[in-house]
Amino acid sequence: MRGPVVRGAAVLRGLALAVGLASVTVTATAAASEPASGPASESAMRVLSIGGAVTEIVYALGAGDRLVGRDTTSVFPPQAAALPDVGYIRRLSPEGVLSLGPELILAEEGAGPAEAVEAIEAASTPFVIIPDDPSPAGVLRKIDAVAAALDMPEAGAALSARVEAEIAAARAAVTAGQSRGQSEGIGPRRAIFLLSTAGGRLMAAGSDSSAERMLELAGARNALTGFSGYKQVSDEALIAAAPEVVVMMAGDSTPTPEALFAMPALAASPAAASRALVVMDGLALLGFGPRIGQAIRDLNAALYPAEG
Amino acid sequence: MVAIAHREAPPRRPGRPAPGLVMAGLALLLAVAAGVGLFQGAAETSVRAALWGEGASLRDHVIVWDIRLPRLVLGALVGAALAVSGALMQGLFRNPLADPGLVGVGAGAGLGAVLAIVLGGLLPPAVLAVAGVWTVPLAAFAGGWITTLVLYRVATRGGRTSMATMLLAGIAIAALAGALTGVMIYLADDRQLRDLTFWGLGSLAGANWAKVQAGAPLMLAVLLAAPVLARGLNGLALGEAAAHHMGIPVERVKSATILLVAAATGAAVAVSGGIGFVGIVVPHLLRLVMGPDHRGLLPAAALLGAAVLILADTLARILVAPAELPIGIVTAVLGAPVFLWILLRRRALLEV
Repeated sequence: MRGPVVRGAAVLRGLALAVGLASVTVTATAAASEPASGPASESAMRVLSIGGAVTEIVYALGAGDRLVGRDTTSVFPPQAAALPDVGYIRRLSPEGVLSLGPELILAEEGAGPAEAVEAIEAASTPFVIIPDDPSPAGVLRKIDAVAAALDMPEAGAALSARVEAEIAAARAAVTAGQSRGQSEGIGPRRAIFLLSTAGGRLMAAGSDSSAERMLELAGARNALTGFSGYKQVSDEALIAAAPEVVVMMAGDSTPTPEALFAMPALAASPAAASRALVVMDGLALLGFGPRIGQAIRDLNAALYPAEG
Repeated sequence: MVAIAHREAPPRRPGRPAPGLVMAGLALLLAVAAGVGLFQGAAETSVRAALWGEGASLRDHVIVWDIRLPRLVLGALVGAALAVSGALMQGLFRNPLADPGLVGVGAGAGLGAVLAIVLGGLLPPAVLAVAGVWTVPLAAFAGGWITTLVLYRVATRGGRTSMATMLLAGIAIAALAGALTGVMIYLADDRQLRDLTFWGLGSLAGANWAKVQAGAPLMLAVLLAAPVLARGLNGLALGEAAAHHMGIPVERVKSATILLVAAATGAAVAVSGGIGFVGIVVPHLLRLVMGPDHRGLLPAAALLGAAVLILADTLARILVAPAELPIGIVTAVLGAPVFLWILLRRRALLEV
């Protein structure tokens, strides 16, 4: 049994992740995503990466050795953890950022606060905002933007093509499974995504969340609708949703299937009958980074074990 | 005449340093704190070159002039404003637990900020274009000020302000504001939720000259005006009736104190979020050292509050560099044990 403190910390971490990734708004991006000071220097050797998916892309492009720092949400690949951490993506410290002497800053959309970004730009450090749109096309745009900022067009095109092919292959497998199911009269599975279950309070993904997008990409249907983002849901709403599968992120506070399905809200669900709990790495699942193809494939296989 | 007798300096307790000595020590502490805050930071910077403009790099210039200096000035002002507000409130309510939050500023400002963070996006674009990054501070200030005025109206009857009514009404209004804040928290998406959490812990991280310009006039005005109230608060310490017989304009002192505190705290909270602890602990520390006379206490609280907040902010900036801690964590973690220690050592001297 973990103490409440540990659970609290894990929930915060989960929230941080979800927050970093959950944005659906793409408003102010068009203007903001233009690099502030023209094309970012061609050979920026000291790069600061802010945002889990952005850091993953930098490593996937083979430019990991140019990184001098990262933010709290950058936890993959493991070697990223060794870099100095400039804090949470929405609470950057301008002096902390400048202290690393970056020649280029890559920041996922939503990085801030605005005053910090202003101060950083005043020191004429290029601050490139990478658009964040939780969709397969959004992942490719992210890769293109990062590769352009790092001046690595060939590596960018190669990574982009590879990720696109992986997504296409994963989606093909999903649709094949779906049409097979349809011919047998089975619709998409009703799944829910739980962000946390701390203290018996269930925090779940509703509409317009990155978790819902992933469930749909992997061929499932979000059984919980009627609210947007990640919210605490009532036990009765969960009983009414009658999920067939529960998806969660891997972490210290992830419950065992026994503990999870003993909760009153889920005990009577079809998912409890088959002990259908899927646990996946949070950043791979919700990060909409270069591992998205594999994530769709894994999630699909876990959702439909018979066909996997 | 009682009033004349009161004007004489109260006899100094043995073992208590002279007020002048305390003030000089505090001024020195503030100077040291400012120096440390200016020269210490996450980035290796040639501060001297940047200060005197002797060929410093653009990066160093930005770090010193656009990041550290505004932060230093804002920290000093906010610390002084919070500490003086705390001293004023404890004097006014004759209660050692009173802090600026009692007049509803804290709850109201919090509600204003939360409303702006969560619902700010719903404002008409024209308003947003004008308010911009100022939406949250403006809303916080308005929220704090409106709550105070409401409380003041509730507690004032026939020209007399009842402190007891104000205290109780303050609790009711704080509960109401808390509930509305809860509704907003429920409506917030996850990104807003994180902003709310950080706002509640307070931080000087967003300091820039524009914020200094916006907050400084109010806070400075209150710092300069507060000592005028010192004699009145000293009188109030004997009870309202006694103060009245001493010729102190009791109602004027009370309303002036409340409005000053609301202005200073509202401005401080608007530019730096909720920074707790300074308003309670700094005045008490000083009372333990120099006694309860407000004539010395108020200026001393300004000096010590400024020094404490600058030092706390310096620690917040360097402890987990290149990231930084919310300052509220630093003030509480460092201040609480120090306060307890002094309390235990000098328990006999504790009086308000």
